[in-house]
Amino acid sequence: MLISISQLVIGSVDLIAAFLLMFGLWRMASPVTAPSGILVAGVGMLAAVGASFLYVFTVGAAAKAHLPLNIGLAVAALLIGAGVAWWSGRKVAITAMPQAVALFNGMGGGAAGAIAAVELFGNAGHGATQLIVTLLGALIGSISLSGSVIAWAKLDSLLKKPVNFPGLQWLNGLVLLSGVLVGVYMVYAAAGGATPVVAMPHLIEIFFGIALLYGILMTLPIGGADMPVVISVYNAFTGLAVGLEGFVLQNPALMIAGMLVGAAGLLLTQLMAQAMNRSIVKILFSSFGPGAKRKQGAIKGSLKPVQASDAGIFMRYAKSVIIVPGYGLAVSQGQGKLYDFVKLLRAAGVSVKFAIHPVAGRMPGQMDVLLAEAGVPYDLIVQLADVNEEFKDADVALVIGANDVVNPEARTDKTSPIYGMPILNADQAKKCYVVKRGDGKGYAGIVNPLFYADNTFMVYGDAAAVCTSMTEAVRGLGAPAAAA
Amino acid sequence: MSYQIHIDGFVAIYIFMVTAFAGWVIIGRVPAILHTPLMSGSNFVHGIVVVGGLFTLLNASAPLEQVIGFFAVLLGAGNVAGGFAVTQRMLAMFKSSGQGAPHAAHGAKHAKSAKHAASAAVKPINPKKK
Repeated sequence: MLISISQLVIGSVDLIAAFLLMFGLWRMASPVTAPSGILVAGVGMLAAVGASFLYVFTVGAAAKAHLPLNIGLAVAALLIGAGVAWWSGRKVAITAMPQAVALFNGMGGGAAGAIAAVELFGNAGHGATQLIVTLLGALIGSISLSGSVIAWAKLDSLLKKPVNFPGLQWLNGLVLLSGVLVGVYMVYAAAGGATPVVAMPHLIEIFFGIALLYGILMTLPIGGADMPVVISVYNAFTGLAVGLEGFVLQNPALMIAGMLVGAAGLLLTQLMAQAMNRSIVKILFSSFGPGAKRKQGAIKGSLKPVQASDAGIFMRYAKSVIIVPGYGLAVSQGQGKLYDFVKLLRAAGVSVKFAIHPVAGRMPGQMDVLLAEAGVPYDLIVQLADVNEEFKDADVALVIGANDVVNPEARTDKTSPIYGMPILNADQAKKCYVVKRGDGKGYAGIVNPLFYADNTFMVYGDAAAVCTSMTEAVRGLGAPAAAA
Repeated sequence: MSYQIHIDGFVAIYIFMVTAFAGWVIIGRVPAILHTPLMSGSNFVHGIVVVGGLFTLLNASAPLEQVIGFFAVLLGAGNVAGGFAVTQRMLAMFKSSGQGAPHAAHGAKHAKSAKHAASAAVKPINPKKK
């Protein structure tokens, strides 16, 4: 009786939780409804976690004796895991968001892998289908765990350079193949086809070892510019692993939530890859490489430096300004100072917009969050597809901390490594100011002809410092009026 | 009467298929401006794995299972709490010009253009290929 009631309650709560999780994501369709969406999803999650303590009444005879210890362990694990993650999630800087997401994602993959490990070691007498699904979930979850940790280390600059050597791709293929073979052998042996040469527990250990190793090897050669895609792929991987383990545990809420995220990750990955004009396969299985060693055509024109104050005053008297922020802005922590300048411009009647390239920042949409953090209202933030036609009517394009995403070579030069990548048409504005620390190159390592164009002027300096001097220059104009 | 759930072969595949489709549609509606919170939010959603971890740990009957189960719950709880914390924090940062944010100091004449920009900004992304 108690068992039935527990199962009924767990089943109902999980059903509601699955609905709330989906509904929460549904509300993410607009910045207006999104904050309530995550709260709705949070309520669902809390209910599901609370209800799962009713499993206490449904455990089998073997586990009954261990129940007090198990409950203690569960509460301790929940408090420690949630406490540490909550504390670090509250504290982490928005610039460090890609690392944080990678790490939390790796945890999910690890949890899915651990569930699979318990199922395998416990040898719960599953059929071949269950075993295959468990192994598949274990493989994907483990790859996601170790891969996410490497991605985190790379994004956190603990690992500086992509590791690559000739034959690495072959080695990776071999490792993955051996993992699959071990898995197939396990299924074969479990079905009674053979007495395993190695004891089953050791086979399980070998299997997990190979899966974790593959995650590491797969992530090592991938370059910094491609990291956003990698995080997104591992997000999808963890979702898939959770969904598969949900099937093994016969829990439809896990199946639905996991698969939902699997599909989401796939879609985001595809969008990212499109924005970079690179195929997902190419990003994952070949590095950015030194292939860019081509002779660049001679660039006409010269670099024309101007003072930050002159640029600021010019924009004060312009009608419309479109700002193209890049990661360089975030590096100098200049978002707030830039918005101070924008507030002055808007107060003077200048129309200002922020044009965001899909790969601005180090994960999709990161620049949007960085601007929102600085207080920029989201209706001033426009995406590439919606703003690109407006550049030709704009008086000024202010490129600040961005480089490759405004390189017109992507449109015209077929030999360029970024050819075909969608770019922001900053070169079509009547005048273009580029704020840059020096004459350095972008991620792609190529010279940007935009900087040499006739209507482009260079403002050298740290993005934050330039914003401050522009603000001061414009304030200086207004001072007499204010004093009067 | 038993309320134990049984999901076998084809039913599981149907569930996966419909969910994947629903996920594709739901995520396709999310505008590019929210892609970072979306990623951490979907990260939070797969944190439901903690429920599976709890099931496994409570059913553990050997020390090895208890240790691994403990880590399953620990990691799953980290996934849930961390994912929620960062997502909620980021989404709270998005304010429109109309909202009474301390930064939203500007005249009424911008309101119209701002509204127009807002409708452009929240236009759903197009998941189709070029």
